[in-house]
Amino acid sequence: MLIPVMLGVIFLVFFIISLTPGDAASMILGDGATEERIIELRDDMGLDDPLIVQYGRYMWDLLQGNMGDSYSTGRSVAGEIVQRFPNTFKLTVTAIFLSVLISIPIGVISATKQYSLFDNIGMILALVGISMPSFWTGLILIIIFALNLGWFPSGGMKGIMSLVLPAFTLAIASTASITRTTRSSMLEVIRQDYINTAKAKGVSRRKVITRHALGNALIPAVTVIGLEFGILLGGAVLTETVFSWPGIGRLMVESIQRKDTPMVLGCVIIFSLSFSIVNLIIDILYAYIDPRIKANYT
Amino acid sequence: MSTPPTTTYENHSLNTKKKSQWLEVWKRLKKSRTAVIGLILILMFLMLALFAPFIADYEKDALGMNVKERLQSPNLTHWFGTDEFGRDIFARIVYGTRISLFVGIISVSIALSLGGTLGAIAGYYGGRIDNAIMRVLDVLLAIPTILLAITIVAALGASILNLMIAVGISNIPGFARVVRASVLSVKDQEYIESARAIGARDHTIILKHVLPNSMAPIVVFATLKVASAIMATSSLSFIGLGIQPPTPEWGNMLAGGRAYIRDHMYIVLSPGLAIVLTVLSLNLIGDGLRDALDPKLK
Repeated sequence: MLIPVMLGVIFLVFFIISLTPGDAASMILGDGATEERIIELRDDMGLDDPLIVQYGRYMWDLLQGNMGDSYSTGRSVAGEIVQRFPNTFKLTVTAIFLSVLISIPIGVISATKQYSLFDNIGMILALVGISMPSFWTGLILIIIFALNLGWFPSGGMKGIMSLVLPAFTLAIASTASITRTTRSSMLEVIRQDYINTAKAKGVSRRKVITRHALGNALIPAVTVIGLEFGILLGGAVLTETVFSWPGIGRLMVESIQRKDTPMVLGCVIIFSLSFSIVNLIIDILYAYIDPRIKANYT
Repeated sequence: MSTPPTTTYENHSLNTKKKSQWLEVWKRLKKSRTAVIGLILILMFLMLALFAPFIADYEKDALGMNVKERLQSPNLTHWFGTDEFGRDIFARIVYGTRISLFVGIISVSIALSLGGTLGAIAGYYGGRIDNAIMRVLDVLLAIPTILLAITIVAALGASILNLMIAVGISNIPGFARVVRASVLSVKDQEYIESARAIGARDHTIILKHVLPNSMAPIVVFATLKVASAIMATSSLSFIGLGIQPPTPEWGNMLAGGRAYIRDHMYIVLSPGLAIVLTVLSLNLIGDGLRDALDPKLK
């Protein structure tokens, strides 16, 4: 499924971007270009060919790892993306790791102590967390922890300390929704008969939760982690902008401002590809966590 | 009294049944403290949007620059302080409410009507049509929502109309899925079969019988999506792809105030809180509605 979907994604994005008004050739050559030079370059770039032909050519180049050259710097798009990708990877993986680390325990405790003070406060915080725009959270964290307390740098990418604020900013929304999902699926699971059986057998409360309930409750949580990853990638665009983090997201925003079409196209493709791959991994993980799914295929 | 008594009787009983159903939902919704808080908050924002001209003057307070009064901390004349051009932040937030709610509601309407139609067709007819529609939507789903919106605005250019189109289109797959799922859940009910048996046309069945009975999850989803559309609007404006300054919008107010956070943090405080409170209130209502519409849960 991955390959046809990606072909569709690239075509769709290619089509949307081709709606951009303005002529690429005159943009590259700048204001002083003569009419002949522009026509010559248009011809060279094949800008007058039908869209589907241009798409075919782009795909052919893409298969060879060539995503074209930047309109504004002339550097290779693929090269720039390869250089920036590890930064975005570092940021999003740290963020998802943080949110899983925080959300699963909170979700489990909330469910086992439903309607307790902990549960109520936790759920209110989760709702507030979902409602906070990441760029604003980022600014507030900068004001508190960088400008006033001076614990972390307010931007840039120098050392591990500079990762803390952007990763937390990015993690907040996904922490909140994974917590909510873990809680509700945990609530469903603890009402099952086999949990009562385990309790009746005299298994300790702690063991019932960790051994019997958690595994099954995690299945929906894993799906949400996959979906959250997509939101996280989108959030990376804003978080990277706020913290001047040199990743793909910031590259994309800068390229949009410079009307650097091939670069924007490359960024969207790489984001969608990462998103699709993560969901593929989640699907595979599923079979390991939930033997019922594996049973369907064998 | 030309109408036969049986018809009036039937109509009457049908109406009361419908009314009592929504009345029942309203009663349950009222019991949820959080949902009521959400309703009060959103009503407050709606009032601000509606009565904005009575609260502040658009030309003078929200747009008029006044260098002598720039960067004032919150005080009695300027409740939320003034920004870098000496404009009253409170007035700008009030007028920003109009834009956020308007864009949020319109873009969700776009997504609901287009996505809903696709989902209803896919769910009702099933088979090959369903397959074709869902495969196309898989492609849209593979691009993270906010990135799709960013790409569309980047191509079409930043304007309020393009913003609504972009946010609307990027939410189509979500609505299509939800509508399809709820259509699937009612289409095999007996009353649909009997409508078909008496010769009702497909579109009558879908519009008059299927959709009204599968409304619950759609209403919940739409409420939550208005919240995320408002968030998307301010996110896009923050990176310069949404509402352009000087028009006051919460996201672009944050972008403008960013440079002054070191000494004037209040400048980013209130626009951000406005976003959080609006989004939070809609999330609270959405959650409350979900519980009220489906008493089995909880």
